[in-house]
Amino acid sequence: MSLLWIVLLLPLAGFFFLLFAPRDSKSPFFITLLATIVTFLFSLELIAPAIGNGAQFSSVIDPVWIHSPGLTIHFHLGVDGINLWLVLLTTLLLPIAVWASELMIKDRPKNFFALLLLFEFGLIGVFTALDLFVFYVFWEVALIPMYLMVGGWARARRGPVAVKFFVYTMLGSVFMLAAIIYLYTQTGSFDFVDIMNAVGSGHVLLSPTQQLLLFLGFFAAFAVKVPIFPLHTWLPDTYTNAPAPATFLLAAVMSKMGAYGLLRYSITIAPTGAHRCASWIIPLAIIGIIYGALLALIQPNIKRLIGYSSISHLGFVVLGIFTFSQQGADGAVYQMIAHGISTGALFLLAGYLEVRRGSMEIADFGGMATPAPGLATAFMIALFASIGLPSLCNFIGEYLVLQGAALTHFSWAVWAAIGVILSAAYMLWMYQRTFFGRARESVASLPDLSGRDWASVVPLILLMVWLGSYTQSFMPPISSATAHLLEQTSMNNEYRVKLAAPKPVQVAEVTNAR
Amino acid sequence: MLGNFQPHAGDYVRFLPEILLTAFGIVIMMLEAVSSEKNKLRLGVLSLIGIIAAFFANFWSYSESGPAFQNMIVVDGYGVFFRGLVLIVGFLCVLTSFSYLEREHAQSGEYYALILFSLVGQCVLATSSDLIMVFIGLEISSIATYVLAGFLRDDRRNNESALKYFLLGSFATAFLLYGIAWTYGLIGSTNLEEIRRVLDQGQRPTVLAGLAAGLMFVGFGFKVSIAPFQMWAPDVYQGAAAPVSAFMSTGPKAAAFAVFFRVFMTSFHAINGRWLWLVWGCALASMIIGNFAALVQSNVKRLLGYSSIAHAGYVLVALTAASQIGVAAAMFYLAAYAVMNIGAFAVVSHIAARNERHVKIDDLAGLGRREPATAALLAIFVFSLIGVPLTGGFFAKFYIFQAALNSHLVWLTVLGLVNSAIAAYYYLKIVVAIYMREPSPATEQLPAPSASFRVAIWASALGVLFLGIFPSAVLSFASASASALR
Repeated sequence: MSLLWIVLLLPLAGFFFLLFAPRDSKSPFFITLLATIVTFLFSLELIAPAIGNGAQFSSVIDPVWIHSPGLTIHFHLGVDGINLWLVLLTTLLLPIAVWASELMIKDRPKNFFALLLLFEFGLIGVFTALDLFVFYVFWEVALIPMYLMVGGWARARRGPVAVKFFVYTMLGSVFMLAAIIYLYTQTGSFDFVDIMNAVGSGHVLLSPTQQLLLFLGFFAAFAVKVPIFPLHTWLPDTYTNAPAPATFLLAAVMSKMGAYGLLRYSITIAPTGAHRCASWIIPLAIIGIIYGALLALIQPNIKRLIGYSSISHLGFVVLGIFTFSQQGADGAVYQMIAHGISTGALFLLAGYLEVRRGSMEIADFGGMATPAPGLATAFMIALFASIGLPSLCNFIGEYLVLQGAALTHFSWAVWAAIGVILSAAYMLWMYQRTFFGRARESVASLPDLSGRDWASVVPLILLMVWLGSYTQSFMPPISSATAHLLEQTSMNNEYRVKLAAPKPVQVAEVTNAR
Repeated sequence: MLGNFQPHAGDYVRFLPEILLTAFGIVIMMLEAVSSEKNKLRLGVLSLIGIIAAFFANFWSYSESGPAFQNMIVVDGYGVFFRGLVLIVGFLCVLTSFSYLEREHAQSGEYYALILFSLVGQCVLATSSDLIMVFIGLEISSIATYVLAGFLRDDRRNNESALKYFLLGSFATAFLLYGIAWTYGLIGSTNLEEIRRVLDQGQRPTVLAGLAAGLMFVGFGFKVSIAPFQMWAPDVYQGAAAPVSAFMSTGPKAAAFAVFFRVFMTSFHAINGRWLWLVWGCALASMIIGNFAALVQSNVKRLLGYSSIAHAGYVLVALTAASQIGVAAAMFYLAAYAVMNIGAFAVVSHIAARNERHVKIDDLAGLGRREPATAALLAIFVFSLIGVPLTGGFFAKFYIFQAALNSHLVWLTVLGLVNSAIAAYYYLKIVVAIYMREPSPATEQLPAPSASFRVAIWASALGVLFLGIFPSAVLSFASASASALR
């Protein structure tokens, strides 16, 4: 049994196991925690083969799933430098979310834990899928538990918020489904590796118009998910009202689904379409960076503020991807991980604030540093990471993106840099109003982080420092995978004929599958 | 050849499911007269046995496949598939009816006999290869269903439902019959293969053949409730008893679609340029009207009624594709739709309480807290109706739109998919009610679910998940037997 099978199916097994657990006891928590921790430990084993394999996919599984005359679909999954860290981010953050949920979710905890496991199953599937059909399946599978978590445990306006979240995403993803089916009618395969091989060897030639349509189909789904301005309107409502662990996961990992999809599928399958559309996507990304930052500046609610800052930070990822440069792509992947950890930590700490005060309005706080110095310190570190202070994680990602943008088109970098400045402004201002000053009566007796709370925060802080100060541990597989990916984006575009003898794209290593 | 009307033994094997169903129906009618009030439930069990027997006879008939009774019916993979499907529908609906009829104090052998007779008609439809058999099958099925729609005769809504269904149904049948007469006058035969042969020769005026096809299209259109012939569906499904609505929206519909496809793909394929644009428009109109009207409904049965119009629209997309993949996709779709819709209606009939007082979306509120298992299964049905992956509804939709894109129907595909995203909005209202709201009075005083109801919804849910996760078996069978229509 391949390692990836274990990593994928453990959460699902935990889910089924949980269904039979008694409702009112601690056991659902322990089962979920155990399942997610074991999943994390197994996922660590994915690192070595992925690093050793360069740009090739490792830990591949590829059995036949659906077979009938005229339609064969393989359950093709694999790991390379781009999705490796995303999978690990998912498997690492899930136990933390479970740990925090035990404190933060008092109503029907068993149901919540079951949904968390289902969510993990869906996300690992999304990040590792190498077959477009399988990718779409997991894409929606990850959506359902998140929808139920947002709706079932939201603070206010449960139904409308969750439905908005779902219908927005669904409206985007049906276009992707149309594109996937269309691609199948053109290439006869759903398999990403096969499609890239067919394109690379010239068996399949997609015209610029076809590529444009395909690109727009995929883009609709991914742009909603990232979200790219002006499709972001679902985000503030969802982030603000969702229960803290769900917001944590939404911001930290689920927002990466869209960016990952853009990088992995949009620009490789339809590079001509991507190059053409970059001319308006990059302005949108830059508008998102600045617009998100400006709106964050005036938010009275901490969660909403972090939500808008998230739009701003993810604009960098999109910008990095559409520079089509090595630094830009590396920066985009690095920023995905960094943003996952720093924004995740901010939302987690916001959750702890919420548990203590019962509110997220900045006006309800003030002087929190006096009763809770530990919480204030942790928040400060996460905040500096998010702003992009050198030696913490976001700096690397944003710097690389800006460098990639500057090399391609200098003015892009200038505009995007405004976002960095603004992020310092809104974050520090929020911090000042929340934590500094004289402790108000209502917050004076609030408790500091307990040892139990620290346990969930410390790993994130360590990772912020590690990612920010020693990129060598993470960067090599990312670079080799993105280099390969950028090579693919130069195939199958209008200039394809000028290339001498395109190289065969990928030979998937199949470990005891089939 | 015409002189010899003596049927062969093989003919009876091919017709055995219908014979068994009829025999069980008659026996139940006779026992009804002599059984006491308490024993009526046993008649229901007897009808289940009859359906199971017919199901196995259906398998047997497949091993003997071929034409029977002078080409009046033909047993092929396609017919066997739909016969099996309507039998499963009948089985699940009978199971759902047990506790429903108990609650309404309407336990009666006639009910079960009527279901069996209706199934006979649908089985005939599934295998008919002659327009006369199409008409006979449609009438057997419809007349029994008209009575079922008004079965609770003291209930005003039941009466309204039955009358509407009857009047519009007869109207539709008249169109169909006129179309058949026209076809006979033009071709000189009512046999589907023969019609095809004559039309393929191209010596008949295609305008007239197109008109005949158009009249029959109207007739079938009413039966499967596609726009613009859909007005009756929401009223009828809302008014009839919930298990009957479950039955009407799946069984007769699947059988009518089966014969719809068979007639148009076999007989009128040669002139498909004359009717495809019509199907294209009706498919789009059905999806749009069904989905948009459903957006504002508060009654779950009515909502499902409108959604059934939209789903009929998706199936028509498969007919528009006019290909074997399209036929296979429609077969798969109808199977998936049957299990998910019956499941949803079954839960509604469980919630409804006596006299169906509680059939609003609001009445479902808090079901997730009261009955987690029922709520979870309802959520599965609803997600399948939306078309979320790993459920039958998704794969069915996926396969239909794949067929459509294969036939270069890009616009219809895109508009259909956008429609399915819009549909998510009203289906989600159900999920919001069951999981995101506090219990309503209806769910507070919910009686414990009966065993038969539980079997029905668990079986439906397993069907939905099986079709979504392991579609290969059904899909292979559908693809293999779709070639029968060429």
